[in-house]
Amino acid sequence: MTDSKYFTTTKKGEIFELKAELNSDKKEKKKEAVKKVIASMTVGKDVSALFPDVVNCMQTDNLELKKLVYLYLMNYAKSQPDMAIMAVNTFVKDCEDPNPLIRALAVRTMGCIRVDKITEYLCEPLRKCLKDEDPYVRKTAAVCVAKLHDINAQLVEDQGFLDTLKDLISDSNPMVVANAVAALSEIAESHPNSNLLDLNPQTINKLLTALNECTEWGQIFILDCLANYTPRDDRESQSICERVTPRLSHANSAVVLSAVKVLMKFMEMLPKDLDYYGTLLKKLAPPLVTLLSAEPELQYVALRNINLIVQRRPEILKHEMKVFFVKYNDPIYVKLEKLDIMIRLASQANIAQVLAELKEYATEVDVDFVRKAVRAIGRCAIKVEQSAERCVSTLLDLIQTKVNYVVQEAIVVIKDIFRKYPNKYESVIATLCENLDSLDEPEARAAMIWIVGEYAERIDNADELLESFLEGFHDESTQVQLQLLTAIVKLFLKKPTETQELVQQVLSLATQDSDNPDLRDRGYIYWRLLSTDPVAAKEVVLAEKPLISEETDLIEPTLLEELICHIGTLASVYHKPPSAFVEGSRGVQHKRLPGSAGSGETVESPDTGSAAGVSDAPPAVIPSQGDLLGDLLNLDLTPPATTGPPPPATSGMQLGAMDLLGGGLDSLMGAGFGAPSAAPAASFSAPVSGGLDDLFDLGGGVGMPMGAYSPPKTVWLPATKGKGLEISGTFARRAGVIQMEMTLTNKAMSVMTDFAIQFNRNSFGLAPAGPLQVLTPLSPNQSIEVSLPLNTVGPVMKMDPLNNLQVAVKNNIDVFYFSCQYPISMLFVEDGKMERQVFLATWKDISNDNEAQFQIKDCHLNAASNKLQGSNIFTIAKRTVDGQDMLYQSTKLSNGIWVLAELRVQTGNPTFTVSLAQQTVRSNHCSD
Amino acid sequence: MINSLFLISHSGDIFLEKHWKSVISRSVCDYFLEAKEKSGDPENVAPVLQTPHHYLISIYRGKLFFLSVTQTEVPPLFVIEFLHRVADTFQDYFGDCSEVVIKENTVTVYELLEEMLDNGFPLATESNVLKEMIRPPTILRSVVNTLTGGSNVGGTLPTGQLSNVPWRRAGVKYTNNEAYFDVIEEIDAILDKSGTTVFAEIQGVVEACVKLTGMPDLTLSFMNPRLLDDVSFHPCVRFKRWESERVLSFIPPDGNFRLMSYHVSSQNLVAIPVYVKQNISFLETGSCGRLDITIGPKQTMGKTVENLTVTIPMPKSVLSVNLTATQGTYTFDLTTKAVLWDVGKLNPQKLPNLRGSISIQTGAPKPEENPSINIDLKIQQLAISGLKVSRLDMYGEKYKPFKGVKYVTKAGKFQVRT
Repeated sequence: MTDSKYFTTTKKGEIFELKAELNSDKKEKKKEAVKKVIASMTVGKDVSALFPDVVNCMQTDNLELKKLVYLYLMNYAKSQPDMAIMAVNTFVKDCEDPNPLIRALAVRTMGCIRVDKITEYLCEPLRKCLKDEDPYVRKTAAVCVAKLHDINAQLVEDQGFLDTLKDLISDSNPMVVANAVAALSEIAESHPNSNLLDLNPQTINKLLTALNECTEWGQIFILDCLANYTPRDDRESQSICERVTPRLSHANSAVVLSAVKVLMKFMEMLPKDLDYYGTLLKKLAPPLVTLLSAEPELQYVALRNINLIVQRRPEILKHEMKVFFVKYNDPIYVKLEKLDIMIRLASQANIAQVLAELKEYATEVDVDFVRKAVRAIGRCAIKVEQSAERCVSTLLDLIQTKVNYVVQEAIVVIKDIFRKYPNKYESVIATLCENLDSLDEPEARAAMIWIVGEYAERIDNADELLESFLEGFHDESTQVQLQLLTAIVKLFLKKPTETQELVQQVLSLATQDSDNPDLRDRGYIYWRLLSTDPVAAKEVVLAEKPLISEETDLIEPTLLEELICHIGTLASVYHKPPSAFVEGSRGVQHKRLPGSAGSGETVESPDTGSAAGVSDAPPAVIPSQGDLLGDLLNLDLTPPATTGPPPPATSGMQLGAMDLLGGGLDSLMGAGFGAPSAAPAASFSAPVSGGLDDLFDLGGGVGMPMGAYSPPKTVWLPATKGKGLEISGTFARRAGVIQMEMTLTNKAMSVMTDFAIQFNRNSFGLAPAGPLQVLTPLSPNQSIEVSLPLNTVGPVMKMDPLNNLQVAVKNNIDVFYFSCQYPISMLFVEDGKMERQVFLATWKDISNDNEAQFQIKDCHLNAASNKLQGSNIFTIAKRTVDGQDMLYQSTKLSNGIWVLAELRVQTGNPTFTVSLAQQTVRSNHCSD
Repeated sequence: MINSLFLISHSGDIFLEKHWKSVISRSVCDYFLEAKEKSGDPENVAPVLQTPHHYLISIYRGKLFFLSVTQTEVPPLFVIEFLHRVADTFQDYFGDCSEVVIKENTVTVYELLEEMLDNGFPLATESNVLKEMIRPPTILRSVVNTLTGGSNVGGTLPTGQLSNVPWRRAGVKYTNNEAYFDVIEEIDAILDKSGTTVFAEIQGVVEACVKLTGMPDLTLSFMNPRLLDDVSFHPCVRFKRWESERVLSFIPPDGNFRLMSYHVSSQNLVAIPVYVKQNISFLETGSCGRLDITIGPKQTMGKTVENLTVTIPMPKSVLSVNLTATQGTYTFDLTTKAVLWDVGKLNPQKLPNLRGSISIQTGAPKPEENPSINIDLKIQQLAISGLKVSRLDMYGEKYKPFKGVKYVTKAGKFQVRT
């Protein structure tokens, strides 16, 4: 008997035929008909028209038929709520059936019918089932509470089901416990602050007992729940670890990974000198290796997690390098992950092996993989100093293959190697220069230009090489343009006599002919530097650069800690905190690893090795290789340590620079600032101390406020919460750009550096338009004013209140989170003036539901219109009716929502009545 | 947890959907289909995808994609494991897991899915329990059902659901009581050009087929349990006994199941059963190349190597090959460009050899990559790690069961680089 016959009836009267069969007297015919209906449903055909007929079949003692009807009900009840009510009686009756299977089935199905009217009838049967004598019914009922909560959370709380559910954690049957935990965890996810899963040693003990006896899936729920618990001391921590370790031998990989999460987290609390600590470390390796022999999909998730684990505790897998060797028939997503982990595990002991493998991979077919393999060779060179030479020679071998993408990738990584080991491998430059013509990718071109500029004094024809790039300057990508500008300036400082013309050419290209503010800024800075003080210019531009280190690729320590707490979840696959992508997790909860207790030593004890050490003192890391402003900013941040006698400058250079001042700068000033519309106010308005001040002032003056209202600054992050960093701020709209204006005050004892900012998703998609520009370190008791331009193209998520903005600010000390509220008026755009006719038509179209009325007291009419105009609320029309002045106004939000307002003013009465109407159905509270 | 499941065919046709919470439009699959389009080979589609409102977690089994949709943070491994379990169940019920078979049995499939998951939480995934609730379709039963009006759905609560041994149903009866164990080992290895082992490990499993009456309690012990330091067990195995005595003590599920899987890691010495002498080269000019492969036995513990096959995926520019095999037959697949050499039994006295010329598209450059050689083989009555079962004891029942153990070694991902 096959079901394919159900698909063959595609005649016109199919529904009609089915209807007849459903109402047949013969049981068997009825069942066949329901089967046909289900079959159509499964392939997405609409058979909802048969609802009453199918429901009629529900009263039956044939369990299969009953189940089939239930299946149908679950699918279509939502679209036919009134009909679904017909089924309620049968459900309630089934909940009293002597057969536990039927009781459970009824309560299960009722929970799946997402119709409000039905949920009301569900409460009583559910209450009974939660206390049913049969555990099978209880466990089904526990899940049903979660379903009900999803439909109507308030109802569940009012009926006290949550408490009953909590009681089930102490149930005698492990399966009931597991399901209760699962249901509570799911409910807790939408209530981040409710203390639903109140974990204490007693409940933990119950969970651990149930853990041994319930199904594999139940074990996952319980382990995930355990991971949220913070043990009181290292004793308790150890005893939990001991009881969880057997799970590492489970056949289900999800159980294994959840157990690994619990162990990784609780291990933090164990003193390192404990014997058990070492035993545990040893026990963690084999199950992780075993995960890699599973199906490729499982391998992928496992590898993403192992990537985190080796960063936190490299000692666990340090001897297991070989299992990460790539097989040629691994799917590409597995290959790339394995490669990543190989580099993380690379050390002096195994580097020869790793390099041999990487070289092998570089001749594979898949381009992405080959590129990453080449890049990996460079990362090995940076990570393991002893191997650098071997890596460079391997890379040279690869360049000899002349395979285009291999060559380009190799040049990019060789640049990094130069940054790590300056003045060591310059002999290879000649080989690199041979391949200059074959480079067509921006990153490779930029890397090559950097090399030429950096080592200009050793390359005889450096000026010719750079000049050749200059010809197509405007066709290059920004990355290449910036690099070319810097390289030519370097060249000029090194060989001033021959290259004066070249540097003038590039400066004028960058400052006059370019639309790119970054490029122009950099051009101006160089120009001014060169013209005012060439000696200083040399000190700044040719300053010794901080060495790069392999930490560039590591996940930031606080994030890593949080991710370790999320092992096995989606967060661990994306390597992002859940707050960054999970919808519906309203309150942002950041999990932290517990600190080590007992022995009193901190996590960063010396013997934990490099991974733990990172969180203590951030190394001087260059943000990222591709960062456009990277080297420029670093030059500013790290002035040369030696402030002694300036390097001897040749007279020729002096001359050249003076000439620049005379010829170039005047015209530059004229051209650059004569056209204020082109000058980007946003990128200039960051106050910067030092010699560049006046330059920025010139720019900052352009296009300043037109009178939009901006509330006074309030304290967003008090110093007590920010480890000494106080942030107060406000928002303003200037020349069409939303600005976040902040005052950062350092109230701590140490210098703060490396500021960065990030926003959570928010209602209007606000996001920083550029990086937070705090160029100088903030010394103790110093304040700095920062203005951050924002755009509205970021990810959108509705917040409550609507104008709430969650912000994370990072500095060298920690990451801080705070939230602030922006005035909605800041989002009103300049083109918010509506045509009168359109206004009239739209006003009528908007239904009363979207209208709201407010009263504003103590306002003065004359000022009102102007003030509103200043905030981009435009007056469309004005008329007088019955001694009342009516003002009609419109405004448009940055996300395109129009808001129309009618302002009613009684003459002589300072109270205004505002009616607001809005075009889209999204509800906004909008007041001015 | 898991919201919805879509079954998608090889060609991107969505032919079945099931929702456990609110209905999610199948248009969500477009993100997946787009990713599938991009990655070319269906095996290369990333298993976890993010869309603006949902997360898509998928597996690829038997030319089908099992795509699940979730809305909240879930452990992806949990979802992937579950999806594999669904595929296993289909395989178990219908003997195959393909589009045709699933379409033929949609209603049963739907009933199964409903039974396996409730509100996104797994409900019953043990095949024993499921089979009591929904009987697998057989010709006989469908005939009986049509005559008597009986049904495929069990009317009573499965006994295993709540007991301490959820994997075993009560009241099992057999006239012939028998318990068979297969120790199957696969060698994963990478050998380099010169024949040196780059990496080698053994993945072993003990598959069991137990047909015993009542509630037998079994104990399986090994001659050399020390070999096993990295094991994972079926839930029925008592972990404490293993920890303390290194024996497997368990009440078995009824029928076929995987008792344990283990992993003999690369640190221990892994025996490599065959060696490969090979030379594949392409000439700089003249668009041709040479191939010469000889295979011989290495560490076979005196057993015969059987079912030996060699697969060589050639570079894309290869047009044809002209080879002679001293033993067995070879084929060249024009679409995948793979040379498949079916050698058969390996005779140590007369080593099999395959040699000849390769012709490349005229004008095409000399291929960059070197093809790797994949070996498949089988050795009966040998577990290459040296693992041996010493005895099997049964407690709790009176009868004398028939017992048997079989060993076999296979090549897993066994490749030789050239």
